[in-house]
Amino acid sequence: MNNLVDLEKKINSELGTKINSSKIKHNQIYLEIDSEDLIDVVLFVKTNKDTKFRQLIDITVVDYPERSKRFKIVYLFLSHEFNQRMILSYDISENEVISSLTSIFPSANWMEREVFDMYGVSFKDHPDLRRILTDYGFEGHPLRKDFPLTGHTEVRYSEDQKKVVNEPVKLEQNYRNFDYESPWEGTRYIKELADINDKKN
Amino acid sequence: MTKKIKNLNLNFGPQHPAAHGVLRLILELDGEVVEKADPHIGLLHRGTEKLIENKTYMQAVPYFDRLDYVAPMNQEHAFALAVEKILNIDVPIRAQFIRVMFCEIGRILSHILNVTTQALDVGALTPSLWGFEERETLMTFYERASGSRLHANYFRAGGVHQDLPAGLETDIAKFCETFPKIINDLENLLTDNRIFKQRNVDIGVVTKEDALDYSFSGVMIRGSGVPWDLRKSQPYDCYDQLEFKIPVGKNGDCYDRYLCRIEEMKESIKIIKQCLSKMEKGPIKTFDGKITPPSKKDIKQSMEALIHHFKLFTEGYRVPKDEIYIAVEAPKGEFGVYLISDGSSKPYKCKIRAPGFSHLQSMDYLIKGHMLADVPAVLGSLDIVFGEVDR
Repeated sequence: MNNLVDLEKKINSELGTKINSSKIKHNQIYLEIDSEDLIDVVLFVKTNKDTKFRQLIDITVVDYPERSKRFKIVYLFLSHEFNQRMILSYDISENEVISSLTSIFPSANWMEREVFDMYGVSFKDHPDLRRILTDYGFEGHPLRKDFPLTGHTEVRYSEDQKKVVNEPVKLEQNYRNFDYESPWEGTRYIKELADINDKKN
Repeated sequence: MTKKIKNLNLNFGPQHPAAHGVLRLILELDGEVVEKADPHIGLLHRGTEKLIENKTYMQAVPYFDRLDYVAPMNQEHAFALAVEKILNIDVPIRAQFIRVMFCEIGRILSHILNVTTQALDVGALTPSLWGFEERETLMTFYERASGSRLHANYFRAGGVHQDLPAGLETDIAKFCETFPKIINDLENLLTDNRIFKQRNVDIGVVTKEDALDYSFSGVMIRGSGVPWDLRKSQPYDCYDQLEFKIPVGKNGDCYDRYLCRIEEMKESIKIIKQCLSKMEKGPIKTFDGKITPPSKKDIKQSMEALIHHFKLFTEGYRVPKDEIYIAVEAPKGEFGVYLISDGSSKPYKCKIRAPGFSHLQSMDYLIKGHMLADVPAVLGSLDIVFGEVDR
């Protein structure tokens, strides 16, 4: 359908309870679903003649460590025929295993591998779930918010052992993360001082 | 007596001139026929997305130059558009023309590199010598506008960093007159060349259906006959005011993709000419003082400007809470930025959608059943740059 509002209505009426919420913003349609309904919803939007989201653009994750359902999985779709974009998302907790889209979109293969590598989210029925971007033998999931920017290990060639070795990161100067927030809006250190003073009193 | 035959595993790259960077390809060969290809990527992974999360919006721009480093400004464009859309600011018309013009220069830069190196991979040396001379001229234009040949850091949310220096517009116009001849020369060398055709026609054929399934975009999908170009279908900046055609291939093989790229360069020249003629003097970035830093002149006279300058370069500007995906038609395909802002001056999440990533993924599908010698030809026509694949 060429009209976004019609499309939203169509998806909502056809999929009914599977859609938790939908909105239109920036000329795109945003859908929120439950993780169990992923395959059904994706198959529908791919094959239905009024939606035809034939292309999976990307899969990614947003990490919210403070939430109980920590990861928000995001799928971006594109429909060439109707010239529309859709952003599909759902929340999962840290150890949940989610379904893979590789059987519907072959291109999901590497995208899911990247998600697994960067966030440690596992997929069931994925044909080849290996790390993709990080080094062979890498540990940890770098895009998680609790992974430090400097990483845990550094690599160098050891002249003694005649091979490349991994060592804990040693910085000449500690990584400095300055707090530039406007002081009149409450920088972190001012807030922390206020908290300490409150506790003392 | 039967002999047992075992397939040979061959390690192609990462230090191989035809691997176009740091690709490690594990090929399973049956004689000379490739049975399976398993690309190992990530040798150039720098954690761009993680770094961007720790930088302000203005500091994030240079990281985009380092993705697809043969067409840097096209990447900056996507990020600038995403931030602008969240902030809901308008870009002055002159800035839009400048940005579009430099994006088209980027497209030519990228296509020259790709076409000529593809020719080099299949055995023709001369095109790259001719093409690189033109790239040098184009990079001088980059340098004159932004100060650096490759990592421009020129686009800003709300416009561009500085106005074009005097004389640059006439020089670009001159280039537009001379460059078509160079394309003709390249075409004379390659288009009807028997060897070039033997190496490229019917190699790496992609059907329409597979192009969609494998998330292809840009020349990879147009070469297979899908007329899809974001500059036309979802115009951004001033593309809707410009006239240009979208070349579409027929057979979806390496040769058609080469032809598409050649035609696209010609169209880019047309776009640059139109930009130059339509460009009028005027502001080059938004007047919103909370986003655009004040001019040097103002800083010396106004305390307010000095404070703004300081705050903009330490704290940066704040971007309201939002979630957006913006894509541009980069030379290699759809380059997208999925941005989540949380109201602070740093992006909460910035996912970069690189076209090369999904193109390279299809390597196994494209090369299965081809000869080993076709690997460089297919790889060349995929137009892979590892800066963006590995991020």
